[in-house]
Amino acid sequence: MSQSDAIPEFSKPKAGEGGEVSLTNLSAFSGGMGIKSAAEIVAIILVAVAIIGGAELALRLFEVPAYIMPPPSQIAWALIDEFPLIAPHLGYTLIELLSGFAIGSIVGLILAAVITQFPFAEKIVAPYILLLVTTPMLALVPLLILRFGFGYTPRIIAVALAAGPMVMINAATGFRRVDSAKIALARSYGASTLQIFWKIRAPMALPMILVGLMIGAIFGLLTAVGAEMVGGGFGLGNRLTSYSSMIQMPQFFAVVLLLSILGILIYVLFFLIGKKWASWEA
Amino acid sequence: MSAGDPRTAKLSVRDATKVYQTASGGLLALDGCSLDVRANEVVSIVGPSGCGKTTLLWSMSGLHGLTRGEILLDGQRITGPHPDIGIVFQEANLLPWRNLDANINFPFEIKGTTPDRAWINHLLHRVGLDGFGGKFPRELSGGMQQRAAIVRALSLKPSVLLMDEPFGALDSFTRDEMNRLVEEIWLDAPTTIVFITHSIEEAIFLSDRVIVLSPRPGRVAKEYVVPFARPRSFEIMATKEVFDLTNAIKLDIVGGRVARSRPVTEPVH
Repeated sequence: MSQSDAIPEFSKPKAGEGGEVSLTNLSAFSGGMGIKSAAEIVAIILVAVAIIGGAELALRLFEVPAYIMPPPSQIAWALIDEFPLIAPHLGYTLIELLSGFAIGSIVGLILAAVITQFPFAEKIVAPYILLLVTTPMLALVPLLILRFGFGYTPRIIAVALAAGPMVMINAATGFRRVDSAKIALARSYGASTLQIFWKIRAPMALPMILVGLMIGAIFGLLTAVGAEMVGGGFGLGNRLTSYSSMIQMPQFFAVVLLLSILGILIYVLFFLIGKKWASWEA
Repeated sequence: MSAGDPRTAKLSVRDATKVYQTASGGLLALDGCSLDVRANEVVSIVGPSGCGKTTLLWSMSGLHGLTRGEILLDGQRITGPHPDIGIVFQEANLLPWRNLDANINFPFEIKGTTPDRAWINHLLHRVGLDGFGGKFPRELSGGMQQRAAIVRALSLKPSVLLMDEPFGALDSFTRDEMNRLVEEIWLDAPTTIVFITHSIEEAIFLSDRVIVLSPRPGRVAKEYVVPFARPRSFEIMATKEVFDLTNAIKLDIVGGRVARSRPVTEPVH
């Protein structure tokens, strides 16, 4: 406590080293998700009905042409009618997203865990990671297609390149949150470096890792759809270009709606995982 | 300075000197600190802020190496963390992602041994934490967290318990309660305890001896024997003997500070 000035090793864990920011966002969202009473549910449904119904009414009242903005009911019907046609493309996109995300996040997690153990290596690698984070990987897709053709390969590489650095940069922030008192506790029982990693560092980093995985998955989805729009003839991104070129706007918006649902599902999935495994930090 | 025979002392600090390497050069935290703690003795270490109390305790635990000098446990030199030495850290230091049971199991997980459930349950009952095993640290009060930390430290049946300002963050009522608890636990099963604290009252209430460290670099400046029999009541804390003792220690600590602010080489006019 008051001796911390004399003993550099005891510096208290800094409350909020970047990590807390994103977690506050998560818990702020949780406040919105924690539905409490019937009155709240009714209010939420009423607002949703007002917005969707209002849009429906306004679009029909002002006779907005369907090729500019179809009314919500048409989009919903298009989604139901076209779903058998869209479903395989949803599958292709999910394959790209899952395999690219798996590769990217595994590499990102391992790199984060290794690099944070060696501050010197971290300094050398950091600029390149930053470069990978800030460069839109979509920009590389034409090049990847040139090299790997129009199949899954360029898309999976792009998704991995988009998701990996996001996972890595957040996980590294997590692994850097060293609490010297907790490490000393483990060491006092004779813990090995590996035990300290698995029993102290990894659980401490978990909330940040989950944030990284969530951001990585969302970026992966964006990149997968973007890559599909560039070329290749399959996937949800390809459906978007195809429907818009044929001015099939209800179908086009049905795919957009599907993508929004996919994004929300990713968010909810990681939110629930976080609630289960990282709620101690909230 | 207690010049005890290291062969009879439970824990012996010999000429402990510690230099920290900082950006602005070496920082001498401890300078030739020597003291002995007998078996089942309770010794408190007090001193001004930054005098190296915690450094001394961490050296005794084997978590820190010394720049010079040595720590002997039962006459054997300590080179690293020792299974016979338990530590109670500042502010409980529980792992927030584990519930109370899992926190208490943590040492056994690290060591790969089976916890002695009967002993742990006895301890949990002793500190009034039975039924709280499924609770997470954030669901417990500061006092309860520190009680859990004491159970964790005692679960391995250490012969020496090092306590690093364990109750510094608690309010004074909870602190009194915790002091009484430490005394009860000691009466139950006497162990050797080294207790670091900022509170002179706490040191006197708990200890057989109070050791005063000088301002940085820490040296043993003075040593007081506390002659009261246990169990002690808080009434004795209001007696003249305790009052005089408290004042003497306080003067040592404050006086040390005044002395430090004067030039040492020249006489004071």
